[in-house]
Amino acid sequence: MNSKTLLYIVKRIGLAVLTVWVVITITFFVMRAVPGGPFMGEKAISPAAQAALEAKYGLDRPLSEQYFTYLKDILTRFDFGPSLKQRGRTVTEIIADGMKTSVKLGVVAAFSALAVGVVLGAVAALRRNSILDRAVMVITTAFVSMPSFIMGSLLLVLFAVRLKVLPANGTTGAGLILPIITLALYPMAYITRLTRSSMLDVLGQDYIRTARAKGVSGMKIIFGHALKNALIPVITYFGPMLAYIVTGSLVVERIFSVPGIGRAFVQSITNRDYPMVMGTTIVLACLIVVMNLVSDILYKVVDPRINLE
Amino acid sequence: MNKMSLHVDVDAFLPATDAEKAYMVQMRPSSTFFKDGVKRLVKNKVALTSFIVIVLITLSSIFIPVFWPYSYDNMLGVTPGKPVDSSYNNLAPFTYGRTEQKQIQDGATVFPHIFGTDSSGRDYFIRVVYGTRISLAVGFFASIIVLVIGMTIGSIAGYCGGKVDLIIMRIVDIIYSLPDMLMVILLASVLKIGLAPVIDGTVFARIGSNIISLFIVFGVLYWVSMSRLIRGQILSLREQEYVLASRAAGAGGHWIITKHLLPNCISVVIISTALQIPSAIFTESYLSFLGLGVNAPMPSLGSLASDALNGITSYPYRLVIPAVVISLIVLSLNLFGDGLRDAFDPKLRT
Repeated sequence: MNSKTLLYIVKRIGLAVLTVWVVITITFFVMRAVPGGPFMGEKAISPAAQAALEAKYGLDRPLSEQYFTYLKDILTRFDFGPSLKQRGRTVTEIIADGMKTSVKLGVVAAFSALAVGVVLGAVAALRRNSILDRAVMVITTAFVSMPSFIMGSLLLVLFAVRLKVLPANGTTGAGLILPIITLALYPMAYITRLTRSSMLDVLGQDYIRTARAKGVSGMKIIFGHALKNALIPVITYFGPMLAYIVTGSLVVERIFSVPGIGRAFVQSITNRDYPMVMGTTIVLACLIVVMNLVSDILYKVVDPRINLE
Repeated sequence: MNKMSLHVDVDAFLPATDAEKAYMVQMRPSSTFFKDGVKRLVKNKVALTSFIVIVLITLSSIFIPVFWPYSYDNMLGVTPGKPVDSSYNNLAPFTYGRTEQKQIQDGATVFPHIFGTDSSGRDYFIRVVYGTRISLAVGFFASIIVLVIGMTIGSIAGYCGGKVDLIIMRIVDIIYSLPDMLMVILLASVLKIGLAPVIDGTVFARIGSNIISLFIVFGVLYWVSMSRLIRGQILSLREQEYVLASRAAGAGGHWIITKHLLPNCISVVIISTALQIPSAIFTESYLSFLGLGVNAPMPSLGSLASDALNGITSYPYRLVIPAVVISLIVLSLNLFGDGLRDAFDPKLRT
């Protein structure tokens, strides 16, 4: 790693930190700008009770003070304050609770998408223009253009309502199968196409011909030379894939009623549970920003040929 | 004759013979950039089919509501002054409500409910058609907004350069690295509440606060990639050898801009706008599905799918229909956009 790479990494980390701060700030001020506080719309509360509630949650103090308290609490204690709707629980607790299910869902979906996608893409590239290749391309095109909520709903209709082979409710272990498939299909299709095109590109390179001319065996060329280089572009997809899985899980968890962070987020938007919306947005945004950072840095470190800037 | 000789070859200055003149005659009229692109596009069967599908869907979403006997918000079971006739709710395709059956027995012809009715007794076919219209319109206008904002800011950054460029590009970098969907959800959920009293009573109220907030969100967040693209185009095109060659041959600024910069820039702009439309439709349907999209009773494909989820066990076709339409639109727009890219900008082909 030379000094140029190091400078790039430092710059990239700086941008990530700045992004997280911007997200926190936007979230804070946007949520406070909503007309009608979080206690509006519930059964009529007397002005005295409302004032007491606002004092309890610190909503009566000046905005700048609230902002700095909030920022300090997040940075020092990872504390997003109490939930306004689920009395007695802190936002951090609810998020940690939902994360258990959602992380399981996301990690399994990501890895199965990666495994299936790379294999399918490589096979399609090696058997270029065969029936298998064409079938893979048609199917992945269809998957790429289908929104996750449509995919999820159709899978629900087919496997849970019509065939009754899998449970529709995502609270149990077996119930997570359908949500995982729903989440994995789009990234899988994308990775397949990515692997296929970069594999085709690599197979046409001079060093593959050189290796073949030297008498390297077919298997060794595929795994040692072609696939290794073809997978570099796939690394850049890690960040967007995570972003997709996070946003996809919002609808998927709604469809299959999975008790994860996505469902909690959608619920908190409808109930106007400010601290919960802010907390979840910030946590998920940090996750995406960090993952983008990691995949960007990894990309530069793995392949020294890549020109910075 | 010796090649190195400095003597002038007199043969080269003889008048051309008729055969040589015929060789120089143009065999066909010169083709323009646009004509070439269209020719390539028409040859691409996938892109052409997608284009026909898009045109058909668009035309039917515009014209079917004009002559269709039912409207998207008309609850057929509800007649003023009478109790609600619940026989109109949740009709299966090609079945009729109680009063309609009576009319049929009396010999009158009743227009069929092709997709049945929904849980409030509204004709489902016209709701799907109307939802398609809304989704297409949202996609189209959102892309135009993104195009205008992105093009303005991108070309300012590209032309001015220096400090202006630096500041604009840092802002673009930050917006670009924001997790867009989360920000969209956040802004849409807040604007939805905040906008309603502001636009009340104006023309905008008819469009609905949710769609307006959707447009605002698009205008705020999605212009960045467009402006990056246009800035990059302007910066790189300015330095191209053919621009230098043209300038060396004595071309003025006007000629360079109209003949070199604009045609090269515009294809990229059109292509990325075309590819922006399906992504806007995608986002709109996603938000509608989460309940942050169009205002009820207006349907969009996403909200129709979302509503259908409640009766999924009994009426799965109500989910399948909008699902198929939305996938068809997004798929054909994507394929058409790819075809446009191949036809008008072979350099970008991947």
